[in-house]
Amino acid sequence: MNKKQKKMLARILIAAAMMIALHFARRAFGDRAQEPLWFFLYLIPYLTVGWDILLKAAKGIKNKQVFDENFLMAVATVGAIAIALINRSGDYTEAIAVMLFYQVGELFQSYAVGKSRKNISALMDIRPDYANVEIDGELAQVDPDEVGIGTLIVVKPGEKIPIDGVVAEGVSTLDTSALTGESVPREVRPGDEVISGCINQSGLLRLRTTREFGESTVSKILDMVENATSRKSRSEAFISRFARIYTPAVCACALALAVLPPLYLLLRGAAPGWGDWIYRALTFLVISCPCALVISIPLSFFAGIGGASREGVLVKGSNYLEALSKVQTVAFDKTGTMTKGVFEVNGIHHSSMDNAKLLELAAHAEIFSTHPIARSIRKAYLEGMVFRGGGEPAEKAESGGRRLEEERVADVREIGGNGIVAEVDGKQVAAGNTKLMDSLGVEYIDCHHVGTIVHVAVDGAYAGHLLISDVVKPTAGEAIRALRAAGVARTVMLTGDAKKVGEAVAAEIGIDEVRAELLPGDKVAAVEELLAKKPERAVLAFVGDGINDAPVLTRADLGIAMGAFGSDAAIEAADVVLMDDDPKKIALAVRIAKKCMRIVYENIWFAIGVKLVCLVLGAAGVANMWLAIFADVGVMVLAVLNAIRALFTKELR
Amino acid sequence: MKKSYKIEVDCANCANKMEQAAKKTPGVKDATVNFMTLKMSVEFEDGADPRSVMQDVLKNCKKVEDDCEIFL
Repeated sequence: MNKKQKKMLARILIAAAMMIALHFARRAFGDRAQEPLWFFLYLIPYLTVGWDILLKAAKGIKNKQVFDENFLMAVATVGAIAIALINRSGDYTEAIAVMLFYQVGELFQSYAVGKSRKNISALMDIRPDYANVEIDGELAQVDPDEVGIGTLIVVKPGEKIPIDGVVAEGVSTLDTSALTGESVPREVRPGDEVISGCINQSGLLRLRTTREFGESTVSKILDMVENATSRKSRSEAFISRFARIYTPAVCACALALAVLPPLYLLLRGAAPGWGDWIYRALTFLVISCPCALVISIPLSFFAGIGGASREGVLVKGSNYLEALSKVQTVAFDKTGTMTKGVFEVNGIHHSSMDNAKLLELAAHAEIFSTHPIARSIRKAYLEGMVFRGGGEPAEKAESGGRRLEEERVADVREIGGNGIVAEVDGKQVAAGNTKLMDSLGVEYIDCHHVGTIVHVAVDGAYAGHLLISDVVKPTAGEAIRALRAAGVARTVMLTGDAKKVGEAVAAEIGIDEVRAELLPGDKVAAVEELLAKKPERAVLAFVGDGINDAPVLTRADLGIAMGAFGSDAAIEAADVVLMDDDPKKIALAVRIAKKCMRIVYENIWFAIGVKLVCLVLGAAGVANMWLAIFADVGVMVLAVLNAIRALFTKELR
Repeated sequence: MKKSYKIEVDCANCANKMEQAAKKTPGVKDATVNFMTLKMSVEFEDGADPRSVMQDVLKNCKKVEDDCEIFL
């Protein structure tokens, strides 16, 4: 508890003690003192516990923001005291008790919110405080903000990596759990890229920074999490709209309840019973206080987002959490999402020249490309892979002596989605898919193996093809099954790859539908087509690995980026970011969102339901003010406790 | 220009009031208060001096909710 809360607790306890003491004192000496004296004595605990509410209510009126819960409480309690005075019943306890319980509720709420806030910020405690920089042979701790790109920093065992960089020296294991929820440590050695926010577990590491602190992963993630709850979901917007109309509406109802029935009775010539009806109206006001809803809904979302981030699932706003719970169709990118995206050259067929020569030409043509397929071709060449006469890979030969020589390559043209045309050693080398061959008018020989086929043509003549295959992630099949279990009706795979490859992967992991041979632009069109076909309220999510999928991520109802380590485009374009690249996390995210939304709806229905019942009872004169305040505070406490449940995600794993 | 400030406030409704007050302050283009993270992010109008504008924001917030604090 902080200072303010302790002070409040003291006020509540003192006022409660005084109230009880007065109650018994009055029983014992009630006849010995005059009524006004008791009134002033009772006023002391009332003001002790409630002066700030009265003040806030007055301020609200002054600032023309009349209707809030302070106003409701002030009117109800002052009214109850006035009735006690007029009726000469001397029952002031009721007003004090209402104020007392209201404050207990507020205190509990502020304590609960503070507690969960602390829990969640502890989860996200990845902000590094300093970086060790070596200055004149001495280690100095400096503000990470002041470290420039390319600086050599030292990370000792047990310390957080402050800035993204590359290992220059040292071997160690990294704990990435704060970022990914993954508990298996990652090994790093010189040359490996490391991400800020991971904890260095065993050895001393020297890193060369590759980004400034402000651009580092850890800053980006913190920024995202901090801004997450400012994007309000539909349910939240509903609640704040609801509160805006609701409070004036119940005030009007209360006024009507206080005035109309007595007037009616008066006209009929009966006794109007003003006191009774005003009392009912005040009870009505106490019950109507909307705090349970106003606080518990944002708290549920906050806890849900917090719980998800502990699992390595970053949700950018409550609205996206809500969308996640309604996902019906999931479209996947293939490469890097359902497959490892690590390609290997697994064969060379129909080559018109020496296999090694073909590989050499292809590797040089692809020399500047960042495409994973290009990388695998270069790797195969550099590692000196040897292919037998039949085209099957044999053991690696000697790996020395092979280099990619840029000066041998000229005039490189990358044809998006099709391949590359370049001049190597003065020969025109085209490497790409069948569409590229068609556009060049080269007749090609198709491959009966499943995989990505890179056809190569040299000077317009077909020179053979490379068979490159990717490995399906081990958890992909399980991920699709888990999504089905979580209520996803349709799964679609979008891939730029050949139809045969796409279908083979889809069949292996159990995806319903495949759209293959899509250019980057076609993926957007495919998503748009799926969007047009789905029912209006269902949500279509697109899952991509974030490097080249940015436009599709933006177009889908919900963009989910996977394996976002260090990929800026993913963090910016996606609505939900999965920190590691395990596809099972998609289903986990859906389950977390569903649980959170279930809690939100439980709270909405529970709170509104109890309020309505109590309002009717209050208007009918069955419920008194004691019951009213118990209902109000009780509902709030239960709703807040229920909201905090959204933080726990263990059983969803 | 966008800046974010740490704030202290007790209830969700008070945070909403602060947000309204901050939005109405001259020199502020847009403001959002995040009750859960206790952060206020303010987008300033072009040419406005954040320092002096934030003083006004604080004053306006205090007017509607004297229990609040903005750490400038």
